Amino acid sequence: MPRSRPFDELWGLELAGSPREGFETLARWLEDTPGAELARRQQSAEAAFRSLGITFAVYGDDQAAERIIPFDILPRIFSAREWERLTAGLEQRVRAINAFIDDIYGARKIIADGVVPADIVLANSQFCAPVAGAKPPHGIYAHICGIDLVRTGADEFFVLEDNARTPSGVSYMLENREAMLRLCPELFELLPVQPVDAYPELLRDTLYSVSPSQSREPIAVLLTPGHYNSAFYEHSFLADKMGIELVEGQDLEVDDDIVWMRTIEGRVRVDVIYRRIDDAFLDPLIFRADSVLGMPGLLAAYLAGNVALVNAPGTGIADDKAIYSYMPEIVRYYSGEESKLQNVETWRCREPDALKYTLERLDQLVVKLVDGSGGYGMLVGPTATKKQIEDFRAALIAEPHRYIAQPTLALSTVPTFTEQGIAPRHVDFRPFVLTGASSVTIVPGGLTRVALREGSLVVNSSQGGGTKDSFVLDGVQDG
Amino acid sequence: MLARTAANLYWIGRYMERAEFTTRLIEATIRLDSLSPHTLSSQTWRSALAVVGGDATADVGSDFTASRARTYLTVDQGNANSIKCCVSLARDNAKGARNRLTQEVWEAINRTWTTLRDRSNPGGIQGTVALLEEIKAEARGFEGALQHMLRTEANWFMRLGTMIERADNTARLLDVKYYLLLPEGQEVGGPLDRDQWMTLLHVVSGQGAYRLLYKQAIQPWLVADLLVYRRELPRSLVSSAARSAALLARIGNVSGRQGEADRLARRRLDRIEANDIDGLIQRGMHEVLQQFIDENAELDRAIARQFRFP
Repeated sequence: MPRSRPFDELWGLELAGSPREGFETLARWLEDTPGAELARRQQSAEAAFRSLGITFAVYGDDQAAERIIPFDILPRIFSAREWERLTAGLEQRVRAINAFIDDIYGARKIIADGVVPADIVLANSQFCAPVAGAKPPHGIYAHICGIDLVRTGADEFFVLEDNARTPSGVSYMLENREAMLRLCPELFELLPVQPVDAYPELLRDTLYSVSPSQSREPIAVLLTPGHYNSAFYEHSFLADKMGIELVEGQDLEVDDDIVWMRTIEGRVRVDVIYRRIDDAFLDPLIFRADSVLGMPGLLAAYLAGNVALVNAPGTGIADDKAIYSYMPEIVRYYSGEESKLQNVETWRCREPDALKYTLERLDQLVVKLVDGSGGYGMLVGPTATKKQIEDFRAALIAEPHRYIAQPTLALSTVPTFTEQGIAPRHVDFRPFVLTGASSVTIVPGGLTRVALREGSLVVNSSQGGGTKDSFVLDGVQDG
Repeated sequence: MLARTAANLYWIGRYMERAEFTTRLIEATIRLDSLSPHTLSSQTWRSALAVVGGDATADVGSDFTASRARTYLTVDQGNANSIKCCVSLARDNAKGARNRLTQEVWEAINRTWTTLRDRSNPGGIQGTVALLEEIKAEARGFEGALQHMLRTEANWFMRLGTMIERADNTARLLDVKYYLLLPEGQEVGGPLDRDQWMTLLHVVSGQGAYRLLYKQAIQPWLVADLLVYRRELPRSLVSSAARSAALLARIGNVSGRQGEADRLARRRLDRIEANDIDGLIQRGMHEVLQQFIDENAELDRAIARQFRFP
């Protein structure tokens, strides 16, 4: 694939020209603020995070007791019009995801109608047979979705992945904004930035709205695997902001299909569990018998309709990458409309033609494990070494059904503070979509990840990625 | 509040207090060691180990030296009561209750841990003294951070742990001095005896209090009076007993849970208050202190039951 200059979200296709329409204010701010001043603020970003008490503790590792994921002070901006289009697409997609999961664990019409092949669903490692026939409140399975988007042009947004299990990262959205308010307060006077701080409240409303018992004040808890988990900070942060208890499996007990938490005042009945542990660890009676993170009997309580699990077990089927390749059909099937958000063109290596195509172009494609995440188990052809490509070729030939391939996209860039001054760096974007009993809500913002190394397309924090604040502008006075 | 969280908080209080007590004990013992005849050095350290209790003396083993004892008490991973192990356990509990702690409290515990993390040897006398100074400074940071916390259950459970641990430590300290310290051939009221009593005051930071309250030379029964009956001394048994009962009452008001622990705590306080040093000596110091230590352990178990600690 010929590599042309990628689209820059501030400057468009001409890095040296005039900014894109609607982005003049930010460009002027960048121009007017002295470089030394920006450098000073960038340097104090880490101190700001620490003094705000925002440290992403890696508790498992004593040496790196507290680490901060690099934060870039130059924001990424969406105009009101861009955001409106994005949210329409996101809502349509997440509604379809919920309808799909409900169908898969119920009537399976989409399979009967031949839209999605049966084996790709039923033989999928993410298919959760024990919850077939479950009736979660309001038919909602994926209450919280993190949809990973990339952009290649002014109007070209693609969905890279649907995270429908336990998407993380929303604490960065909230804390990056806190840091920006402190570091660059004048930007919020110059630009009509929509606030994101309602997220914890909206999340709590979402949790309460799916409580099986509507007769009493619901009790919701956040279930964490504990402080050794790398996302523990986020669990603790969200529980705190929502004012709900942060519990571990050992704090809960199931008695006669009812879930209780053990408090100093006695047992308290639990209605909604926002669980941040994977399906496999939820209930040792049903899933992994060696799990000590969840609690025995939880699934029975869920199936009996006495407790809501957020997200519901079994949603992994919707973020599997093999299923992903059918998303345009899935959206069309349930919504009756064309998908507003595009998929990245995807070759399913389980199909012989696709495998052949992929093997011939390993140096150009991105190849991914269907059930991988975090940037692991992934080959980025154009930047890989010969050895990496050959290793991947062998793995691919051995187990083709475990892989998909996609073209290498020219991800959009955003001006970023680097050691060589301000320079374009590739970004992606994860907005968070909440689905409650009566509505789908999307806070105007999300997590922008940025590949800090020049030319790199890998934004994962484990591999040299950082984050930025994501501004969504109000429509009244755009730009 | 979750029962597990309450247990975490309680044990943060206990372990941090135990670490601080052991710090003071080593410091005072180093001082006593330097004042005593060289031949008594091992005897001096054995008595420090006896205060810590458990199998300390056996653990240190036959090739007993002052330096070995210092290492054992400060940073030995094999000693569950070494300062390092206590702080590590406090930190583990703090992680479990992280969302109930202020940033300050967490950082104070974490900083204390950082001073000990990479130490496997406290160094010579000088090195040990410097390390102990550092730990004491961090422990004061922890105390200060607790002071600034909201007065809610989280604070009360930590302080309750502190008080139960403190009562146990002070009682052991006094008991060991009274019961087994003075080596044969040394005269009661002699220089070594006097130094030992001073050391004991040093451990509970009571030298100043003693001078202020009694205005006379060291007298064993007055030291005992101070450590058991004087409310002016925060580390006295009566102070710990009174604070424990008050904290339980506050927790009870908020949680609606009162029970056996409250009764035990009040009964213990009533008994101390109804007594004085003369009565104590009459009934036998060792017997009374042993009974106190047993009751303290019973109170600890009653607290765990009452608040459903896992």
